[in-house]
Amino acid sequence: MRLYADSAKCSGCRACMVACSLNLFQESNPKKASLNLIAHFPDPGVYEMKVCTQCGDCAAVCPTEAIKQNDRGAYYVDFAECNLCEACVPECPEEVMFVRSELANSAWKCDLCGDCVSVCGTGALWIAD
Amino acid sequence: MNGYGGTILRVDLTDGNISKQPTPGQVSRDFIGGRGFGIHFLFKEVPKGTDPLGPANKLIISSGPFSGMMVAGGGKCSWTTKSPLTGGYADASMGGHFSAEMKYAGIDVIILEGISPKPVYLFIDDNKIQLLDASGLWGKTAFDVEKELKHKYGEEYQVAVIGPGGENQVLYACINHDYGRQAGRGGVGTVMGNKKVKAIVLHGTKSVPVADVETYRKASLALYKACKDAEGLAEWTRYGTTVVTSWCDEVGALPTRNFSAGSFEQGPNIYGQTMRKEIVITDKGCFGCPSPCGKYSYMKRYNTQVEGPEYETIGMLGSNLGIGDIQAVAEANRLADNYGLDSISTGGCIAWAMECYEKGIFTKADTDGLELKFGNIDAVFALIKKIAYREGKLGALLALGTKRAAAQVGKGTEKFAIQVKGMEQSAYATHNATAMLLAYMTCDVGAHHNRSWAITYDLQVGRDKVVPEKVARIVWLQNFRPMFDVLGSCRLQWVELGIDRELYIPVLEAITGVKRSWQDLEAVGNRIWNLTRMYWVREIADFSREWDLPSPRFYTEPPKTGTTAGQITKYEDVQKLLDIYYEQRGWDENGIPTQQTLETLNLSALVA
Repeated sequence: MRLYADSAKCSGCRACMVACSLNLFQESNPKKASLNLIAHFPDPGVYEMKVCTQCGDCAAVCPTEAIKQNDRGAYYVDFAECNLCEACVPECPEEVMFVRSELANSAWKCDLCGDCVSVCGTGALWIAD
Repeated sequence: MNGYGGTILRVDLTDGNISKQPTPGQVSRDFIGGRGFGIHFLFKEVPKGTDPLGPANKLIISSGPFSGMMVAGGGKCSWTTKSPLTGGYADASMGGHFSAEMKYAGIDVIILEGISPKPVYLFIDDNKIQLLDASGLWGKTAFDVEKELKHKYGEEYQVAVIGPGGENQVLYACINHDYGRQAGRGGVGTVMGNKKVKAIVLHGTKSVPVADVETYRKASLALYKACKDAEGLAEWTRYGTTVVTSWCDEVGALPTRNFSAGSFEQGPNIYGQTMRKEIVITDKGCFGCPSPCGKYSYMKRYNTQVEGPEYETIGMLGSNLGIGDIQAVAEANRLADNYGLDSISTGGCIAWAMECYEKGIFTKADTDGLELKFGNIDAVFALIKKIAYREGKLGALLALGTKRAAAQVGKGTEKFAIQVKGMEQSAYATHNATAMLLAYMTCDVGAHHNRSWAITYDLQVGRDKVVPEKVARIVWLQNFRPMFDVLGSCRLQWVELGIDRELYIPVLEAITGVKRSWQDLEAVGNRIWNLTRMYWVREIADFSREWDLPSPRFYTEPPKTGTTAGQITKYEDVQKLLDIYYEQRGWDENGIPTQQTLETLNLSALVA
């Protein structure tokens, strides 16, 4: 199972991002979301979404084995074991492996909680195999 | 404080002093946020008789407890000031991502005070707050400046910017944000330009404190689920506000040729369905919105893009100017946005000038050579620019708004200046729609629709009826609907998707930790409505019921064509509407809240 995004359906509202931070960190803060939105405005006027494909490349390079799989089959960061080395960040082909030490004491990524899908009103996000 | 950024940021532009104070708990309880904060600070801090374009006026930018939270449509921002257009109260509501970013920077309210000696922009990055030189940006158009600042600072930064219209003190200049969202009405952009503030750049990374996180999450998910399950979601998202264009045309509410009629013979060319098919490329939503009304369009003929046009702009820059061409309307929208003009007032002013020209009151000597007939697209494009730069005789005249322009020109042109309190009427023709007419007459900023949008109610209960039930509906809408602006979220999920408003209450309580009900919130709304009324009473020396009268067009000149041909509201019914309204509000025969009303609302001390 993984998260899918259809950028053509995205309206750039960032509800997914605040929902993500709320589930992952219990905080309302889109800067701490594990999916990303790039707005290409004013020209050509399209949104581009970046989501985790659960490829596992981040887990493969993690020196402390902090990136583990949960019962949904998603890779997640065990906050207690992350040492902020950032080795995972350049490995992510979608650029949705985050380390921002000013915001959190751990790397973070999508754990497939599904709250982003729940709040997306345009059907731009879904979870499937 | 739960649900709040926690800080009031004051920027004194005269001496460059920047200061912070904690958001007062009592003010948060009494006025909650958004336009509630706006009128509180305006009434208290801007002295009676202040020149709207002088250093004592303030521009108050406020978020609410829903702004930036996981709340459907939690992206509303209120811009409050003493209006240079009307001389009274103004607040303009802006969507987008600005108020969310304010909250992440820990700020509930930004108060701009004084006048800067040189062009500046306000830069806020969490705790780093500076006034920076904007001499290189001054003179540039709104989209160019937003692009430049986004390029300089990055995608995460939110920008609000004025165009040349604000710099040149056009009295209805707007503030642009997110390439297409505006704080449009009442000249809030004029005040920002007067203060020599070209832009505000904003970035925040903080989390907003919440009283009960898990209850908030669950209640918010329930609110989003209701929006997603709503029957009307698909159609609303496809067309946004333009969904009403065809309906308005059918019922005679689509303003046509300066509101001389309510149906447009070229209407289908500017309907939402036509627009979606011909020019829309992307749906564009404000922060947290599950039902995005924003439509981003590409106009092939002009090779340009714009967010919109939404219904009001289609009415005011389309049918009201006799233009039945969706690409041309969208391009006129882009020009107005880019030059920083409120598209509604711009449309109202140009329509008035076109009527002056068609009636022979203006000749080409008055229009700088423009053939200013209804339907002349090139003349409209040229005139938008002239207004923004106050260029030529006509540009300078129309920059003043229709009330002042008609007073200067005379010759009976006052009768077709379609405005209330000096603000141009937005896009609902009200020849025979008495609830909507009353809504325009009594709206707290002038002839604006969003406080009490009642045009469908007119059709439901009988459009020419003047009965207490109809008036009571307007009073209720005026107390209730603006509460969304107070909370910092959009009303359209309730209006258009029919969401049960009770779903918002557990979200608000979980975020703030304060027990609330809609009864309680409507009482706050009533209090705010009366306080804004007292602002008018305080600032306008001869304030009386004359200020609540609509354009005479709606009680003297029945349309000759369309659904409402031959229909009109009787003058005695206009007066009767006011009589019933004042009685229900607890106001005297001049529309002034009585001492008893003020005491009941606990406002006596505040307004003394």
